[in-house]
Parts: sequence; structure tokens; C-alpha cells
Amino acid sequence: MTRPARLGLFGVGALGLAALLVRAVGGLHGFGGYPGPYGFVLAQAALGERHAANIVASVVYDYRALDTMGEELILFAAVTGVALLLRQQSPERAARREDAVRSDAVRFFGLGAVGAAALLGLLTIAYGYVTPGGGFQGGVFVAATFALVWAAGSYRLFHHLTPEPLVDLAEGLGAGGFVVIGLVGLIASGSLFENFLPLGTINTLLSGGQIALLNWAAGLEVAAATTLLFAKFLEDVMVPEEEEKPA
Amino acid sequence: MIPLQIVSFALVTITGTAVVLTRDPLRQAVVNGFFGLTLVVLFLVLQAPDVAISAIVVESVAFPLILLVAVANERRREGEP
Repeated sequence: MTRPARLGLFGVGALGLAALLVRAVGGLHGFGGYPGPYGFVLAQAALGERHAANIVASVVYDYRALDTMGEELILFAAVTGVALLLRQQSPERAARREDAVRSDAVRFFGLGAVGAAALLGLLTIAYGYVTPGGGFQGGVFVAATFALVWAAGSYRLFHHLTPEPLVDLAEGLGAGGFVVIGLVGLIASGSLFENFLPLGTINTLLSGGQIALLNWAAGLEVAAATTLLFAKFLEDVMVPEEEEKPA
Repeated sequence: MIPLQIVSFALVTITGTAVVLTRDPLRQAVVNGFFGLTLVVLFLVLQAPDVAISAIVVESVAFPLILLVAVANERRREGEP
């Protein structure tokens, strides 16, 4: 295709996009204007119905738990795809490479922060339905803790802390557990993700019924999936070049 | 819109443009960190703490790490130090 033809095609596309954007933005509600009704209904009913102080968690892990299940399975499939596509490296070979951080300050403060980061990540998951947070955010946080071990320590340490069979198992348990909890509701009361646990007391960890279980299942799945993703990418980088060529 | 919201929106616009205008992927990873920070502030100002926490973990951990590893991989293959 010649340059004028390309520019012409771009021009038509850009004009069309601009027209659609102007129309779409023109039709928006005023800033902060919300027409409802679902948000208002939820704000009124969710706390009494689900006993979860963080209504966002009620939506994510109860009212729209089906959507979250879809997201979980998408993440599961995506990470499986990455693991399959990236060349199969030998992690043991990668772990032989000397990559320890030489700066004492980075090692000291970096590895010192690992405990605090892990605790914060777990707290973010645990209190997901009481305060802002939840399985997704906390899960990535926990995975970041392992990444910190690599960044401030060494790949070897990261590799020993995240044995692949265990991470695989955690990922499967998280994704599978989420689906199983939904199915228990289906069997017990005829609809998917119907709550089957006592609702508990608002503002405590024992609240929200099965939201707590789904929250932890999501946390486990996301933490394991993200860790696996990091591990696969790191493996790819850490294997020394000369060893890549088949002998 | 209160002034705090206007400032937050403006910062997102500026840092977002900066990310696009930065051509070197390594520098882009750093600039993107600032973009992520302004996004987090914006979400917080708009009273969406859940989204803000998501933005923190994605913008400050997941995305830069994958990007840096990809850049490291690419440089190694090109034979650069």
C-alpha cells in the first residue's frame, strides 16, 4: 500500500473515531451524575443481605460472583498459555547462575521488607470484605513479595521459595475451589453461588458468609498465577545464553 | 468537580502523555511508574479505594516487572551488555 493510500485510510478511520467519540462523550452523564438504579439498590440492600462491610466485595464475590469466576478462569487460561508458550527452560540450570545482589544495603532493606510485604498482602486478602482490598489485589501483592525476594536476594532464593509443583497446585486449588464453592450453592439451593454459610457479624472477619471463602480462593489463584508468570519470565531471562544452544 | 479532582485529572493527563512520548522502554518503565502513581491518587480522590489498591499492585509491581524482564531478555539476545 502506498503512503497516500495509507494516510487516506487513516484519515477516514480517524474521522470516524472522532465522530463516535464526540457523540459518546456528549451523551455522558454530568461529572459524578449516576442514573442508577443498581448502585442505589445495592447501597441500600447489600449490607443487610450479605453482612460484608465492603459492598464492593459483596458485588465481586456474591451478586456477580459468576463474572469473577469467568475472570479467574481467564487468568488461569492466560497463565497456562504463557507457561506453554515460553520455551521450556530448566529452572535448575537457571538457578546455577550467580546473580546475587552485591549491594549490602539493597539486600538488607529489600529482604527486610519481604516479611512486611507478605504480611500486608495477606492482610489485604484477609480483610477484603471488611475494608477495601480483596483476593485479587492481595494476591498480586503476595506474588510481589516473591518478586522482591528475587530483586533483593537472588534468583536461586526465589526459585527455592516457589517450587513449581506447589505453585501449580495452589493455582489449581484456587481456580477449582472457586468453581466448587459456586457449585455447592447450586446443589444446596438451586442457584449458582447462592450463599450456604451463616452471615456472621458485620465488621468482623467472620462476616459475609461464603464471600470469605471465595475471597481466599481468588487470593490463592491470583497469587499463584502471578508468581508462576514471574517465574516463567525470569526463567527465560536467567538461563545463560551459551547453555541455550543444544549441545 | 472540586480542585483536588481537577489537579488529579490534569496530572494523569500529563504523565500519560509523558509515557507515550518516552521512546526508550527502560525509561518508559520508570515514567509509567509515575503515571501509575497519579492514577492511584485519582482513584483515591474519586473515592474508589478498591480500584486504587488494584492500580497500586498492577502499576507498581506486575506491569513494570514483566516489562523490565522483557527488556532484559531482548537486550541479552541483541548481545548488548
